[in-house]
Amino acid sequence: MTTLRINGQTVQVDATPDTPLLWVIRDHLNLTGTKFGCGVASCGACTIHVDGEPTRSCQFRLEDAEGVEITTIEGQSDKAFTAVQTAWRELDVVQCGYCQSGQIMAATALLRENSKPSDEDIDDALEGNLCRCGTYQRIRAAIHLASEKMEA
Amino acid sequence: MFKYLDPTQPQVKAAAEQIKPTRRQFLLSLAAGALTVSVAPVLANKKAVAAAEQYAQDFLSIDADGTITVIAKHFEMGQGTTTGLSTIVAEELGADWSKVFVKWAPADATRYNNLLWGPMQGTGGSTATANSYMQLRQAGAVAREALLQAAAKRWSVPVSELAVSNSVVSHAGSGKSATFGELTAEAARVEITGEPQLKDSKDFALFGRHIPRKDSPAKTDGTAIFAMDVRLPGMVTAVLARSPRFGGKLKSFDATAALAVPGVLKVLETSRGVAVLARDTWAAKEGRDLLDIEWDDTAAEKRSSSQIFEDYAKLAETPGAPYKKEGDAEAILAAGDADFEATFQFPYLAHAPMEPLNAVAHIHDGMCEVWAGSQFPTIEQSTAAAITGLKPENVHIHTVYAGGSFGRRATPDADYIAEAVEIAHRLGDGTPVHLVWTREDDIQGGRYRPLNLHRVKARLGDNGLPEAWHHRIVGQSILTGTPFEPFLVKDGIDLTSVEGLSDSPYPVANITGELHSPASVVPALWWRSVGHTHTAFAAEVTIDALARKAGRDALDYRIELLKDHKRHSDVLQKLRESSRWGQPLGKNQGRGVAVHESFGSVVGHVVDITLDEDGGLSVDHITSAVDCGLAINPDVIRAQVESAIVYGLGAMMQLAVTLDEGYPQEDNFPTYDPLRMPQMPAVEVHIVDSSLDTPTGIGEPGLPPIAPAVINAIASITGEYKTRMPLSEEGFYFA
Repeated sequence: MTTLRINGQTVQVDATPDTPLLWVIRDHLNLTGTKFGCGVASCGACTIHVDGEPTRSCQFRLEDAEGVEITTIEGQSDKAFTAVQTAWRELDVVQCGYCQSGQIMAATALLRENSKPSDEDIDDALEGNLCRCGTYQRIRAAIHLASEKMEA
Repeated sequence: MFKYLDPTQPQVKAAAEQIKPTRRQFLLSLAAGALTVSVAPVLANKKAVAAAEQYAQDFLSIDADGTITVIAKHFEMGQGTTTGLSTIVAEELGADWSKVFVKWAPADATRYNNLLWGPMQGTGGSTATANSYMQLRQAGAVAREALLQAAAKRWSVPVSELAVSNSVVSHAGSGKSATFGELTAEAARVEITGEPQLKDSKDFALFGRHIPRKDSPAKTDGTAIFAMDVRLPGMVTAVLARSPRFGGKLKSFDATAALAVPGVLKVLETSRGVAVLARDTWAAKEGRDLLDIEWDDTAAEKRSSSQIFEDYAKLAETPGAPYKKEGDAEAILAAGDADFEATFQFPYLAHAPMEPLNAVAHIHDGMCEVWAGSQFPTIEQSTAAAITGLKPENVHIHTVYAGGSFGRRATPDADYIAEAVEIAHRLGDGTPVHLVWTREDDIQGGRYRPLNLHRVKARLGDNGLPEAWHHRIVGQSILTGTPFEPFLVKDGIDLTSVEGLSDSPYPVANITGELHSPASVVPALWWRSVGHTHTAFAAEVTIDALARKAGRDALDYRIELLKDHKRHSDVLQKLRESSRWGQPLGKNQGRGVAVHESFGSVVGHVVDITLDEDGGLSVDHITSAVDCGLAINPDVIRAQVESAIVYGLGAMMQLAVTLDEGYPQEDNFPTYDPLRMPQMPAVEVHIVDSSLDTPTGIGEPGLPPIAPAVINAIASITGEYKTRMPLSEEGFYFA
């Protein structure tokens, strides 16, 4: 049994220590907002925050997760997240939606660090998040809109 | 993808009859307090009339609290159907949009068939809106009519004095009003005779406006449920080891090491390979890695892609089955040099939707339940029935959100859903099974856009317009051996291999089109825009090269050639007005254009690029013009064009599945790397005010012209047309 701190709660997990957090979160804790897309840190669909840092949960093993604070999309609620979520909805960013949890987690982390990101900052922060539906133009616009909302 | 259904086939004829706004029988009922509207076709023979109720298509219900539920017969893979289909109902009904909800239809082809395909329920070929449009308007109109009559009766006023808006029926004279919910019980007793009056297009309140997507909230807070997210009590996860070469067969396996992995529960042989079942996905995958399997490759594809291209090039030197023959292109081309001559090469492409393929199957109590992003419910239902020995009506498909498809979830053999059902069936103990593909399974698992080679020779006449065009295609048939073959393969021509060329609008007096369809064990499948992925490329690059050779402006040349095709002309004119065409270009900058009709819609792109000396290519700006008929939801239309551009650009630059002695070399996104954020061009989409008053396709038509527009832009700088895809093979890369 491993003890985890996730979304402000303490939970016990019975999985092998080398299990990536992605599968602990999805298959053991049934928090399915975090998605499996590639398993090799190449698509960003599994992005979570570990001590506030955007992290690929498919590469973060359970044995390394004791003592850290994990948040998934289900545990987000601050100003940056709300601004991102509202902007996403206003601009109808989503299509299939499967990558969007990861995109939103990456965008929220970016805005917490840098409330006024340039296009280049956005490219750098979200280059690792694939979207096969091609919502990039709207994601970029939504991050700028969220940035305005945070200032307001 | 099934644009060419043969109207002489009886089933197609019946479906074609249904799509016309001819006579229907409308049924209203009050089940559990909700007004339910069904539409049943009025059929000629008596037996069919008796069965009308059974064939009634339930599309809409209105609860006493005013909640409006639209039943969608098409799944949502991101293309916006949940929003678009419900908008059609809401528009006709006069509904308060905030009270409209969407529910997916069960698998039942008798009620929910795709009217453009014949007797089959399914989504694809950019048909969801086009085939549902009149059906859903009528359902909305019947409900509105019933609500109006109920109000008229209640207030003893004529229907003509009533108005409907935002889910409220009102009478201006008396100031009385009632909500839809308050009227449902009385409306259910109204008898509808004849055809309901459809709204006049000048009264449209929702079509053409910005309507927010219905799926935005759930897809921005993590609560949207995809098949990958389905969790049932006692469910186990399965991954399947399949032959690493296409056409290989399982010879033997040893599961000792796999079974020793903590969490692995069982290892099973299936018709497709060896399944490892475990308590979580990670354990299943770990177990599979430790399987010791011997494959029999006797019948497997052992060639490399390069060898297949060589074989195809040889075939292209020989005459194929004719798909088009006008005049005598051979004689004209034999008499002098060709003005353009090229060999086009298109690799295998995987679809790679973001949600890897997966499905949940639960066989219990004489039924089989399936949870999937179900694209072909009819095929999936009948396949699950065949595997389990159950009757199709005892197979229940629960449609959930699909994390993309691009054609991949529409398989003629139910593919991964069949795998899930087979494992659950072989397990035989009622355990729910979640079959999951890894990304490696997806990229290496086949059902690719087939590899294609085109050989083209063309010659200009004295007037500078195309005079002779000789075109040979070599490509595996997607449809041969599938249930679609009888409809879409004619005289050796798979229509999806030649679509876009066989029906090309360019007037050329002497044209020969031929097709070779070499068989292959590499499974082929439609990939967003199907045959148009390569035919539009060859056609639009050839036309561009001919314009260049003739010393003509590429856009003007197309405008002149397509002057008798109104929708093409409208799109090209819109591009001329709205794009940067004709504006000065800087150093290393180029501009290209392409236009193409597919799935009933016409799309053109003007692309601005920057190309540095080392092959670093930046796509800077794209202006798109689209004629997709009546624009129901302009924002969704723009989103679909943006999406098709991204999908097409990534493939053009750097996507290919390459066989090396039969083994796919690419395995995951690091080696099969789609377009990413920094490469995203600025895209501006203009919707043409269409000459059609009904909607046509939009999920696919933006794709075919994007790659040729870029190739033509490159040629505007270098004078050279690149004809081998992807461009990375030619030393290009995204700058």
